[in-house]
Amino acid sequence: MKEIILCKYGEIALKGLNKRTFEDVLIKNIKRRLNPMGKFHYTRSQSTVYIEPLDENADIDDKAVEKLKKVFGIAKISRSIECEKSLEGIKNTAVPALEDTLLGAKTFKVETKRADKTFPLKSPEISNEAGGMILDAYPHLRVDVHNPDVTVLVEIREQNAYVSAGKEDGAGGIPVGTSGRAMLLLSGGIDSPVAGYMIAKRGVVLDAVHFESPPYTSERAKQKVIKLAERMAEYTGRIKFRCVPFTKIQEEIKNNCPEELFTIIMRRLMMEIADKICESERIQCLVTGESIGQVASQTMHAMVCTDVVANRPVFRPLIGMDKSEIIAVSRKIDTFDISIEPYEDCCTVFTPKHPKTKPDIKAVEAGQDMFDFAPLVDEAIENTTCEFIEAKR
Amino acid sequence: MIYFDNAATTKPCEEAAKAVCEAMRDNWANPSSLHGLGLKAEQAVSSAREIIAKTLDTDSECIYFTSGATESNNLAIFSAAKTLGRHKKKIVTTKIEHPSVSQPIKYLEENGFEVVYVSPDKSGEINPADIISAVDENTCLVTCQLVNNETGYILPVAKAFKAIKRLYPNVMTHSDCVQGFMKLNITARSLNADLISLSGHKIYGPKGVGALYVKRGVRVLPVNYGGGQEKKIRSGTEAVPNISGFGAAVETFSNSIEKRFEKMSELKGYLGEQIESVEGVSLNRFSESSPYIASVTVNNIKSETLLHYLEMNGIYVSSGSACSKGKKSDVLKAFGYDDKAVDSTIRLSFSHENKMSEIDEFIRQIKNAKAELIKIKQ
Repeated sequence: MKEIILCKYGEIALKGLNKRTFEDVLIKNIKRRLNPMGKFHYTRSQSTVYIEPLDENADIDDKAVEKLKKVFGIAKISRSIECEKSLEGIKNTAVPALEDTLLGAKTFKVETKRADKTFPLKSPEISNEAGGMILDAYPHLRVDVHNPDVTVLVEIREQNAYVSAGKEDGAGGIPVGTSGRAMLLLSGGIDSPVAGYMIAKRGVVLDAVHFESPPYTSERAKQKVIKLAERMAEYTGRIKFRCVPFTKIQEEIKNNCPEELFTIIMRRLMMEIADKICESERIQCLVTGESIGQVASQTMHAMVCTDVVANRPVFRPLIGMDKSEIIAVSRKIDTFDISIEPYEDCCTVFTPKHPKTKPDIKAVEAGQDMFDFAPLVDEAIENTTCEFIEAKR
Repeated sequence: MIYFDNAATTKPCEEAAKAVCEAMRDNWANPSSLHGLGLKAEQAVSSAREIIAKTLDTDSECIYFTSGATESNNLAIFSAAKTLGRHKKKIVTTKIEHPSVSQPIKYLEENGFEVVYVSPDKSGEINPADIISAVDENTCLVTCQLVNNETGYILPVAKAFKAIKRLYPNVMTHSDCVQGFMKLNITARSLNADLISLSGHKIYGPKGVGALYVKRGVRVLPVNYGGGQEKKIRSGTEAVPNISGFGAAVETFSNSIEKRFEKMSELKGYLGEQIESVEGVSLNRFSESSPYIASVTVNNIKSETLLHYLEMNGIYVSSGSACSKGKKSDVLKAFGYDDKAVDSTIRLSFSHENKMSEIDEFIRQIKNAKAELIKIKQ
């Protein structure tokens, strides 16, 4: 029995003349995920990528499907059994192969897609025949066409017939690498990994920058952020991760600037450093996990004050989301449990008692001008470390 | 490296490491096997049991090996709840217990037990009369640690348990003696405890092993069921290497309890003297405290920041609390520390390997930290 995986595109199907470029990137991304698992053959037709194992070691198992579920650009995934293009073939190969799924179900229905119009039976007739075979083989089942436990899908294609027990949702979005490159400010909290995930979902290649302030923050805090990046990389692919030493800057803010403006000045300097790194690396935009009004530094006024230091767009994909909605996504992408590990991070160390929620840009600039941060900014960029973070599982 | 975190764990002694290796290389059979190899492994376990029993001045039949003090505490508490707790639904404990005691008790509280938590009084100490008066005929268990792990404060366990046993002989008395065993001169009898929890890795032995002392005649019911090892109280194949290492560590240090106590007293005394010279830093004092643990408050510096600062300079301490992101130590709060002090208290814990010169270096680094680190707001 030969099993193959069918990945159906979502949006790419609508891309007109650019469709081929998107497909190429998607297949490249799929290959990168599946390569460690063996050799596969990839073909595309009718907005679907067909993935067939080539050698015996390349087994299509749950793990492969799990990996594919995290590749942006795929809308639906089904594991199908390839069989001879005849009713006999379906009966002898596909029906026994569905045992695992069908034994765990009470009701089912059969749907048929007849892409090859030369096949002698029409779709409803094929469904009837296949349904009969399944009932014969699994007498405990009942047919329910409205709300079945399992939908068996029969596809009659050019070469063969494919039978699967239902589709699973893919990651959606468009393939990473089709929409440019962005720099994510990654703190270690709940929000920034979600922001990174959402931007990557729209095809953007993700870089990340983290600010560390030893001894106010610990090595564990940095390891936590790296773990977050590893989880994100399951969706985004390899992430170029930079770590900026930020202690001196924070100390000088604390020593020289008005207390109620600490956080806002700190965020402006972070933004400035990230922006400069983008400049030298030709990264087109910045991404943060801010959401309007979530905390004092994320008010509209505060964001206006931080935006002006950046020479490129600052995208904030969570801008209109509530915390509960953000948490739901972070649970989905499995970053939540890491995010809530309790280590001090760069944002929590020097929080003022009463931060300004409606900072005035003139006052903020004046506050920041009380100390010449330029040499420290250059030094921080100079000493920034960089490593590539790969998905671990 | 200056290691002042011996209450978290101690560096295993050579003797313990050797015993662990020997058990793994040469004596790896299952102690329950009927053949000679099994017997040899069983003898290693028995010999460790005897050594530990001797240190507590009791019989080896009273010592049951576990995977550590957390398991010993759980076993003691749930056993008391299962045996006496069917009719007596009250437990008396203190506000300053280790989580391996307070969490099982919290579970029982959520499941119908009434729990009385005795807090330190205004002087920051537990009054034995408060424990004694909390016990009545409806009480199944009194559990009280001997040495507080965050501050070193020695609780009046012996005094309280003696009176309780006279008033209510059937009440189960349990003491978590992890920070007292092999450091203070204690025996099972002097504490008047029915159950005592011990740990291997706090006294230069390996991690993953502990013991529960069970007084003769006291009924204990298991938490784990299985092959019936440890007289059915703790099923599971005995961890022969860890148990041998535990035994070896106890044997190595059981004769030097008083000598080490004196040395630690000098060390902590010296720390106290030196600290007085640094403004805004204080040693938290109690009428009775273990010289092995010192709780130091450094005003206006976050304990986590100070910990990492000291670490950068080769000194390893622990923040007196598991504090971070607003979660503050309930234990230090119970001692009456205010929020600010809870946030800026570190714990130094000593072993016989620490020296006076290390205290000098610590004081020097504390002075540097005060000069260099940003103060948190008053």
